[in-house]
Amino acid sequence: MRPSATRELLHSALPPALTFVLVIALWEGAVRALAVPKFLVPPPSDVLLATWTERAALSGALLTTAQGAGLGFLLSASLGTSLGLIFSLSRWLERGLYPYALFLQTVPIVAVAPLLVLWFGPGLRAVSVSAFIVSVFPIIANTLAGLRSVDPRLADLFRLYDAKLLDTLLKLRLPTAIPSMMTGLKVASGLSVIGAIVGEFVAGFSEGNAGLGITVLAAYRQLRTDLLFAAVLLASALGLLLFALVSSLSTLLLRRLRAHG
Amino acid sequence: MLEDIDLVIEAGSFVALLGPSGCGKSTLLRFISGLDRPASGSIALSPGADEARPSTRPKLSFVFQDAQLLPWRSVLDNVALPLELQGSSRAQARERARGPLAEVELSDVHERFPDQLSGGMRMRVSIARALVTEPSVLLLDEPFAALDELTRQRLDERLRKLWQARRMTVIFVTHALAEAAFLAERALVMSRRPGRIVLDHPLQLPENRVFELRTNAEFVAQTALLYRALQEHGALEDAPHAPEQARG
Repeated sequence: MRPSATRELLHSALPPALTFVLVIALWEGAVRALAVPKFLVPPPSDVLLATWTERAALSGALLTTAQGAGLGFLLSASLGTSLGLIFSLSRWLERGLYPYALFLQTVPIVAVAPLLVLWFGPGLRAVSVSAFIVSVFPIIANTLAGLRSVDPRLADLFRLYDAKLLDTLLKLRLPTAIPSMMTGLKVASGLSVIGAIVGEFVAGFSEGNAGLGITVLAAYRQLRTDLLFAAVLLASALGLLLFALVSSLSTLLLRRLRAHG
Repeated sequence: MLEDIDLVIEAGSFVALLGPSGCGKSTLLRFISGLDRPASGSIALSPGADEARPSTRPKLSFVFQDAQLLPWRSVLDNVALPLELQGSSRAQARERARGPLAEVELSDVHERFPDQLSGGMRMRVSIARALVTEPSVLLLDEPFAALDELTRQRLDERLRKLWQARRMTVIFVTHALAEAAFLAERALVMSRRPGRIVLDHPLQLPENRVFELRTNAEFVAQTALLYRALQEHGALEDAPHAPEQARG
């Protein structure tokens, strides 16, 4: 690694790492010094220990939740992008459907989760639909905004050469929209994990596959707060991982398009 | 915005359209291109022909104020775009784009992208893109306004040579008097809004125009004539008697 690259990495990675170490040390020290009951706040060392001893159950739960979140995300990425595209083609359809798409964003997901179990069945299906509902709207909105942001003079250029609707879409509108679409996908990636966890709270059990949401509930009932912390941290890590995946895909794509997102 | 425009432009002529900012010269250009339609009146690109049939409509290209290239396409693919839009295959369009790129001396940067070019080079790509369809009418809307003086002079000379070689009809909108006189065979001066044509002047200058022409006495006289027409019709925005100037 070049020295400048090393320094850059140090500059960007060192401050958050220091914060992390400091907070963990303070937490561990405070919990031990004040003798806080472990079921209220477990020391970080206990959380680490629980992660290790329960690794088999936790990794299974992580995989299950990852499936639900991933499936929900793929669903909202494909459907959200298509809906944004359809709305951009017709003002009529947009006016007719957009308010109901917005409804997906405002509906209290915890309250409708039981319905999802009734309609789609428990387990992966209800969980991924929940992840879909929570994450689809930012994709629709950003796709639509991106497709609408075409430079009017470039639109004139295409009109001047009698460009077909499909050519205008593929060669002008979509490339213009991609930075904005990527923003929507990034937001949705984190939301899909939240949607999956909430879905699991209500609909999680199916064929013995318990996700992180179920692990949280179970740990809470047994007052295993260390395990609860471990599950929550893993869920956040899953969200970050999904975000990082979409982000790097987006960076690659934007570099190819020479756009700045 | 425009008033009483009655204008015949001969095929193969080079016309400069001059006027103050906001007088409607760009609007007139958009009307001619068919991008917008006038509220009243009509425009015929080839009088007598059936304008409703696309095949009989003369081919027309437009060069915008900024180069307006697609940032995700290479130079060659940007120039090939109009042909692709009109139904050519990508390979065919790329092949035919090489000619116009050579004409603007950009053969060595085919695979570069717009963000790797200077402003003058981007504008040359834009001109090559306009030429690739072999248009019989070329419309330019203040194309070189944002470029530095040296680049601008070079592009003026190049455009003039391109016109001499191809003899398409060129309508060039500008607010620079000397540029209009340097390029065109005929200068039209428009008044402040509502825009009217207040001077229709044939420029009798040598056929081959190079930088030295700008110091020629006849050239200076012609430029001065255009200047007086602009000034007379209250067109210069920073005229000393303008009321806004009175404020301290």
